[in-house]
Amino acid sequence: MQSGGTLRRRSAARPLVETAILKNSLLEALCKLDPRTQVRNPVMFIVEVGAVVTTGFLLADLIHRAGTPGFDAAISAWLWFTVLFANFAEAVAEGRGKAQAENLRRTKSDTIAHRRNAAGTYEDVAASSLRKGDTVRVSVGEIVPGDGEIIEGAATIDESAITGESAPVVREAGGDRSAVTGGTRVLSDSIVVTIATNPGESFLDRMIALVEGAQRQKTPNEIALSILLSALTIIFVVVVATLYAFSQYAGSTPSIVILVALLVCLIPTTIGGLLSAIGIAGMDRVMQRNVLATSGRAVEAAGDVDTLLLDKTGTITLGNRSASDIIVAAGADRTQVLQAALLSSLADETPEGRSIVTLARHALGAQAPSEPPEGTQFVPFSAYTRMSGVDLQSGSKIRKGAPDSVIAWCKEFHAPDLALMPEVERVARRGETPLLLAIDGSPVGLIALKDILKPQMSRRFARLRAMGIRTVMITGDNPLTAAAIAGEAGVDDFLAEATPEAKMNLIKREQAAGRLVAMTGDGTNDAPALAQADVGVAMNSGTQAAKEAANMIDLDSDPTKLIEIVEIGKQLLMTRGALTTFSIANDVAKYFAILPAIFIAAYPQMNALNIMHLATPQSAILSAVIFNALIIIALIPLALRGVRYEPRGAAVALRTNVLIYGVGGLIVPFIGIKLIDMLLQALHLG
Amino acid sequence: MTLTGWLQAVLLFLVVLALTKPLGTYMHAVFSGKRTWLSPVFAPVERIIYRFSGVREDDEMPWYIYAFAMSAFSLVGFAYLYTLLLTQAWLPLNPQHFPNLSPGLAWNTAISFLTNTNWQFYSGESTLSYLSQMAGLGWHMFVSAGVGIAVAIAVVRGIARSGRSTLGNFWVDITRVCLYVLLPLAAVFALVLMAQGVPQNFNAYHTVTTLEGRAQTITGGPMASQEAIKELGTNGGGFVNANSASPNENPTPLTNFLEILAILAIAAGLTYTYGLMVGDTRQGWALFSAMATLFWIGFAVIYHAEAAGNPLMHQLGVHGGNMEGKETRFGIAGSALFAEATTATSCGAVNAMMDSFMPIGGLVPMVNMQIGEVVFGGVGSGLYGMIEFVVLTVFIAGLMVGRTPEFLGKKIERREVQLAILAILITPILVLVPTAIAVAFPAGTATLGNTGPHGFSEILYAFSSSNANNGSAFAGLGGNRFYYAATGIAMFFGRFFEMIPLLALAGCLAGKRAAPAGAGTFSTSSATFVFLLLGTILIVGALTFLPADALGPIADGLLLHSGRTF
Repeated sequence: MQSGGTLRRRSAARPLVETAILKNSLLEALCKLDPRTQVRNPVMFIVEVGAVVTTGFLLADLIHRAGTPGFDAAISAWLWFTVLFANFAEAVAEGRGKAQAENLRRTKSDTIAHRRNAAGTYEDVAASSLRKGDTVRVSVGEIVPGDGEIIEGAATIDESAITGESAPVVREAGGDRSAVTGGTRVLSDSIVVTIATNPGESFLDRMIALVEGAQRQKTPNEIALSILLSALTIIFVVVVATLYAFSQYAGSTPSIVILVALLVCLIPTTIGGLLSAIGIAGMDRVMQRNVLATSGRAVEAAGDVDTLLLDKTGTITLGNRSASDIIVAAGADRTQVLQAALLSSLADETPEGRSIVTLARHALGAQAPSEPPEGTQFVPFSAYTRMSGVDLQSGSKIRKGAPDSVIAWCKEFHAPDLALMPEVERVARRGETPLLLAIDGSPVGLIALKDILKPQMSRRFARLRAMGIRTVMITGDNPLTAAAIAGEAGVDDFLAEATPEAKMNLIKREQAAGRLVAMTGDGTNDAPALAQADVGVAMNSGTQAAKEAANMIDLDSDPTKLIEIVEIGKQLLMTRGALTTFSIANDVAKYFAILPAIFIAAYPQMNALNIMHLATPQSAILSAVIFNALIIIALIPLALRGVRYEPRGAAVALRTNVLIYGVGGLIVPFIGIKLIDMLLQALHLG
Repeated sequence: MTLTGWLQAVLLFLVVLALTKPLGTYMHAVFSGKRTWLSPVFAPVERIIYRFSGVREDDEMPWYIYAFAMSAFSLVGFAYLYTLLLTQAWLPLNPQHFPNLSPGLAWNTAISFLTNTNWQFYSGESTLSYLSQMAGLGWHMFVSAGVGIAVAIAVVRGIARSGRSTLGNFWVDITRVCLYVLLPLAAVFALVLMAQGVPQNFNAYHTVTTLEGRAQTITGGPMASQEAIKELGTNGGGFVNANSASPNENPTPLTNFLEILAILAIAAGLTYTYGLMVGDTRQGWALFSAMATLFWIGFAVIYHAEAAGNPLMHQLGVHGGNMEGKETRFGIAGSALFAEATTATSCGAVNAMMDSFMPIGGLVPMVNMQIGEVVFGGVGSGLYGMIEFVVLTVFIAGLMVGRTPEFLGKKIERREVQLAILAILITPILVLVPTAIAVAFPAGTATLGNTGPHGFSEILYAFSSSNANNGSAFAGLGGNRFYYAATGIAMFFGRFFEMIPLLALAGCLAGKRAAPAGAGTFSTSSATFVFLLLGTILIVGALTFLPADALGPIADGLLLHSGRTF
């Protein structure tokens, strides 16, 4: 397969639909005429039944050489077109997913796996025979045979088959970077993996099923809307059926073909025909942003989100903090403090550690040692001690870390001097993280680590606020630092010194207040919160547990993606509402086109209701039917792309959409029907 | 149209507006069990009623128990009235010695009063004994209005409550509404009517010799007391056949004004009660505004049509408005205002003959009923009918803000949509299907007073009126067994198949937790929402009937202008 060809990024140049998909969709639209398929869409099924009925009358006309075969043929043809256009819309929406699934399937060529057997040696088996719990070894150049967790070793892996991203990633045993996905390729080293899924349940399988729409179920809102549309259809069936009796009383029997035409124009065919396309296209838009949603329900729920929980690191700030200042305690020797800061960080390969080294070296100038002295013992950071440092050969001990931990360590020597504590607080208030530096139980200095905010984040939060969504920053920082960063970034609230339990409690509290919560996560300890949240987005780089608990997976592992997902969810619901409103508002004009045409036979004075001055009754009815069919085609791009979305408050969004789709829906058909009528007259077809 | 005519309408509207808040606040206090200034009088009575009936005031009912209690209460009431009408000849207070009603007429009449419709296939003054009027119809005029208000209050409770699936206690609600709201208002209003000359006695009719030397029968009876609740409870069933056109029921322009006011007052006040109950009075005013807008449109169209008069008469040199079927003491404005009020609500009392209105003047009352009497509407039923449309509007348009539609913080999902649409679906079915049957079969056209579109209007009006539980008649349509049965069915289902799905809807909403409102949530009190609500009512409610109305009053009007009448 072509590299990175599976899920390409959205680009401005990409056409809405490719030509090949359009061709396939034409054929699909015909296949969907099968009543067993069509009945799943009650509104369009009624249109199809109507088309069959009018075609029957057309045949009767032809056989008996009576009636109005030309008119009946035109109405029948346009009714069939109406159904076909709706089917075409659905087929086009599905087509994009099917093309992607086709690409993915090519990746699934059967690979050979090296499975560890009971004796502890490895045997070659087909990847498709692997079961949950099997252990396999994957070496350089080989394809990972299934989804799993690395239990030994580390490797660079090419995940482009899944993510479309060609830069290799590092995966290693232990920690939150241990998950591997079947179908990806090991580029260096060798790993031992425990398989986590049975055949047919793998990530790739799920992905194929999802993009193909095989498991597509109607979402709750879609079901509710379908019920409304079906009920409106029933009402109009009653309206049109009783009209037959009413007209007879008035002294003229209307033709069944005309009544069917009226029925089709009145029932909500526009939204009925485009409803499933809107849903599929919404899922597709999520997928184009490299996010896999396990269900349409999750995308829909994203639109309803009230509270967004965002991890500070990686989402609000760049992952790396850097040292901004080293403060020397009163009475301490500046050079000694700077050297202590430097020594304690030399072995620290994290960006934070390196930034301390750079800062200290710069301050020391020529006095900076280039290498640690002989016999220096490094004490690595651990989550338990929350400190790191060095033990020098002279017996001197240097520690740096969270102030409370360092103070506690100092107390093991003697009661420490707390003179630096106001300074600690001042640093924290600035939104920086204070690291206390101590030598042999005496605090001597303070290193300030500064978070670097991602650019433009405060604007995004302002957008979210305009949409009515509250953002909560989650951080392990102390409350002072957290408050300062929260203020600078412009989030609405923060949760400091967050533990997994605190995060879980926050979600439950928000939900109890009736709010819908979305969050991102990647670690195993995020899994319960991801499962509890209404919308949980796991990073693809995260653990298997997190990915299973989430209802969406971001293949780019970009935590800010959640904001886009929320926007897509909202856009999806808006598109449905807009087209429903448009469809219903259209009825006014259609009544004024068709009713005078029907009643003119009984009461010629009824022409007064023909406010569009349509040429003849036949032309009026045909124009309405043609408009009704063409509007479906005309709105397919809107259904696929979604209505224009701008983050604004509900009041503004409503007013704008009501103007465009409500008032527009009242006016457009008057113009459209009149134009079609004029065209029919010009071509002498009416 | 005259300035005084418009001033009369404006004055009426201002008084309704002024009464909305105090009356709404008072009813809110009554239904939340708070002490009111009438408590010293009625609280002991209330306690006695509960003690004897075994009702425990604090017993909360889930929606289905509430619906069951309401249905059972109505069913027993039906049996009682039906029996009374079939046996009135043997019972006291029958000075005119009227015979028992025929079973068909008794059945139709019992359903009619049970459902707050008060459709009358009989003339009260020549058919019913005083006992039947007072103890039979009178009872139902109070309790059917009470049931409507109780159900509306239960529905609003469902909207207002969070995470608690009960809707209140039907027995308590019906007791309170009758004791604290309907009885005192009716008593005061009856006294005012008596002061204006409405009879209140148990005498037999007087036969007198007029100045022209001819004999005339002057009817008597307990009219003022019946008249008061007839309007206040939006019942509309007249003591006499001429209803409020009769000088006995509605003697002066003042009583005319007060009767219109009485028709609208409680329904308007309930919008404020609704606002208080959901904790945001703007919600109530939003409904009030939507109702008021439709009211003014309706009145303006009727008034304009009637004041413009009949072009055929103008050709004959008779100028001025259409006074046919109108009382000179009320004039065109007073008649138009009454017609709009009585059909906007589910009252159905009339002070002029709708049959004689200009076709467009007659179209408006029909449309008012076809949209389900939501323009203030029947007491209670107007509010819950409007809530149906609110739920539908929220669902259709709420999506446009990019969230699952929410009504006052509660998500409108599959079940809510199902129930709301079920309640809305019943109207076109119960109006159009029987009308189609009536025009297709001789039984339906046999008793028609007119032919052509005018005759069609009479039938369409009858079923629009029955389904909406209005009870006003276009006149010109006689009763027979077909109409006894068909209108009876339309009245029964039009009432209970709207109430029960709505109670279920309320039960659904009550159990849901309300999400707090924010910048991203859909507001149901904004001007945009009122506009959308009106759009939904007119497009989903009214347009459904456009084909039928086109063949009735609209065709009638167009033909009239070309010189054809029926």
